[in-house]
Amino acid sequence: MRFSYALPEFLVERDLERCIRCKVCVRQCAFEAHCYDEETDTVSVDSSKCVGCLRCVTMCPTSALIVRQNPTSFKENASWTGRAIKDIFKQAETGGVLLTGMGNDRPYPIYWDHILLNASQVTNPSIDPLREPMELKTYLGSKPDRLDIKKENGKLTLKTRLAPQLELRMPVMFSALSYGAISLNASKALASAAKEFGTYCNTGEGGLHRDLFQYADRTIVQCASGRFGVYRDYLQAGAAIEIKIGQGAKPGIGGHLPGEKVSEEVSKTRMIPVGTDALSPAPHHDIYSIEDLRQLIYALKEATRYEKPVSVKIAAVHNAAAIASGMVRAGADIIALDGLRGSTGAAPTRIRNNVGIPIELAIASVDRRLREEGIRQRASLVAAGGFRNSADVVKAIALGADAVYIGTSALVAMGCHVCQICYTGKCNWGIATQDPYLEKRLNPEIAKERLLNLLRAWEHEIKEMLGGMGINAIESLRGNRLHLRGVGLSDTDLDILGILPAGR
Amino acid sequence: MAYDSWEKHISGCGLSAYMDESGKRSTGDDIIQSIALLHDRSNGLGGGFAAYGIYPEFADKYALQLFYDNNTVQSACEELIHRNFDIVESGPIPTRKVFGIGPSPVIWRYFVSPKESALDMSDLSEEDFVVQHVMEINRTVKGAFVFSSGKNMGAFKAVGFPEDVGDFYRLDEYKAYMWVAHGRFPTNTPGWWGGAHPFTILDWAIVHNGEISSYGINKRYVEMYGYHCTMMTDTEVMAYLFDLLLRKHDLPVEAACAVLAPPFWELINHMPEAEKALYTTIRSVYGSAMANGPFAIVLGSRDMMLALNDRVKLRPLVAARKGDVIYVSSEESGIREICPNPESVWMPKTGEPVIARLKGEPS
Repeated sequence: MRFSYALPEFLVERDLERCIRCKVCVRQCAFEAHCYDEETDTVSVDSSKCVGCLRCVTMCPTSALIVRQNPTSFKENASWTGRAIKDIFKQAETGGVLLTGMGNDRPYPIYWDHILLNASQVTNPSIDPLREPMELKTYLGSKPDRLDIKKENGKLTLKTRLAPQLELRMPVMFSALSYGAISLNASKALASAAKEFGTYCNTGEGGLHRDLFQYADRTIVQCASGRFGVYRDYLQAGAAIEIKIGQGAKPGIGGHLPGEKVSEEVSKTRMIPVGTDALSPAPHHDIYSIEDLRQLIYALKEATRYEKPVSVKIAAVHNAAAIASGMVRAGADIIALDGLRGSTGAAPTRIRNNVGIPIELAIASVDRRLREEGIRQRASLVAAGGFRNSADVVKAIALGADAVYIGTSALVAMGCHVCQICYTGKCNWGIATQDPYLEKRLNPEIAKERLLNLLRAWEHEIKEMLGGMGINAIESLRGNRLHLRGVGLSDTDLDILGILPAGR
Repeated sequence: MAYDSWEKHISGCGLSAYMDESGKRSTGDDIIQSIALLHDRSNGLGGGFAAYGIYPEFADKYALQLFYDNNTVQSACEELIHRNFDIVESGPIPTRKVFGIGPSPVIWRYFVSPKESALDMSDLSEEDFVVQHVMEINRTVKGAFVFSSGKNMGAFKAVGFPEDVGDFYRLDEYKAYMWVAHGRFPTNTPGWWGGAHPFTILDWAIVHNGEISSYGINKRYVEMYGYHCTMMTDTEVMAYLFDLLLRKHDLPVEAACAVLAPPFWELINHMPEAEKALYTTIRSVYGSAMANGPFAIVLGSRDMMLALNDRVKLRPLVAARKGDVIYVSSEESGIREICPNPESVWMPKTGEPVIARLKGEPS
């Protein structure tokens, strides 16, 4: 390897007394940080190759390994941090755009951690979900302002025909994770877990592999600017269609799948040559305006006989509220908002770290705008980008989201350690890779069970929090900002979030 | 305050009501006696009544009943009323001095009809016109408050125990075919007469025992349709929900009740297909209008009395019938106090409305 000024990010330490030279670490590390020398019967480490995925540490049978931040540091400097210096070194050495994976890791405010939930005391009984019904069922899709119900022969008769809806067991879905960015086993785990649980997964722009058609009734199929894998059967198979305009990790640019990950199967599914970079155009080249979006929405509705809701996904950007209003008026049944901390398989570091707005503020302003315009009923609002736990979900629903998408949380459930090198295709956990040797490390059955466990755990926690507030149906929490209070937020933040400060 | 003022007043309560379906009118003595028995359910910080059929001589006029903080506000507000309504008759609402009712605001009553020119210009239906102006006064005229605006009906409320409030307003001198009463147990002390129940808009009057934990979204939902919650209570939002569902959306009463207190999904899943589709659609479309948390309410309107409980019956509600009269109360004793031997007494199930309908002419 070429000599680099950039010091290793991690330090890998081996306890030689514990090490039995079984070579598990050597086999497990796709980055070849560990090396076995037969002549001397020793295992050595090249810390500079370590990405901090902790695969070797986890698999080591004698707990002989420790991986930690490299304690060697540059001279302290508030402006020129080690990170800033290292980035320059890398660019000076390669002349390239810095790439990264996963969501924004910079210390922007996480508003979820400044919002607190309410609970009932005395005047209103809290409800125990272990003893009383607690309902999380959610329907996504366009709703009319009113229903036409007549009483005929003493019976209520429904005269209104509702637009197509998605039925969710709870308001959590798996976010757009494309086959290509993640392995087929990971895709299978997500799709089968979504189907078994009663929620939905999203294809991203990876198309639908033939083995995944069996889960298509619980799959939202994406139509992105590259149109990868989009054809008649694909559109007709999905439960809903999502037009991807943008994504939180990289607003303003298109998807990016490095050629290393375009295997034979990915090539067939995406309908592109093996080994070529799959670079989606920044805009859809048939959508340069809101009226163009309307055309694509209705083209897709026509193609699927108005039997499926059409979602439009945008990155949360400064004027998201006005854009969302236009999207609803253009015919979108679902608005998907992907916030600043939304994840990705590959994105330019500078874009990931500097473009977009936090999802909390986007939910609040979009929900408010749609209500001010009296069109909130016409579309459901799905939020994405950095939901770490069930409390984040509850807060998002109370701010005004109908449901949330989780991506990173689902990957972590399967084993992802958020080391942010998905774009290399060498994921040691078998998730963000197309290498058959690495991919088989992820057992789709076990991964499915882990995903189901996560969903069930969150479901239970959401029920507990809901019951505490004296609410027994999720729709009474949706947009109910009265159950939220802010701590440590400015008046402007509170105003945008539409919540009161704690203590008031 | 830059953000919305979402502070609301919390209260527990007792309620009693009855309707004579034949239209036969009775004085306020019985209803006062019934609610007086439930004395311990209120704490003297609010009591009120709604009476239907009390103004037969002005049956086609809107009876606007207002509280004014002082005479200056009154003249300013009257100018506003004059501009939009023809006032057929007006005057103070008769009261008598009662120990237990503190200093009262100026209480005035106007029998009005919308000015034709103003109504034409507004492009609104007559009822929407009235709603809009009531809301405007309550929102913009500080110190004035319209607490009743229906035809041939009136609300009467004050800070005090309900039996004293009934005495104060001389309800023994009115005759109505439907009486609704409420005693309040607020957990704070706004000391404001307008905060007592019932809450009314047009002919709708609502009394309520409970706390709506869905208030935050119910409020935002009705605001989307032009209602303004000015009184910071759950009950007000319930009144607007009924107005929206029954009057504007023209839903049958049973459907409106299914919106407010819908059956659980578990039950819906076992329904026959058509019903399943109906209730699934109601829940998915009107989710934001569901009233969650404990409540027992009585809603009065010109030709109907409706009583409804929350989804898990977290507040008491008993109903009874004798002859043409249907009674509801927080406690059975409240009914037996004025009707010792009812033909039937029952505890309405969760979400199952008790409905009485006016079948005869008020007499």
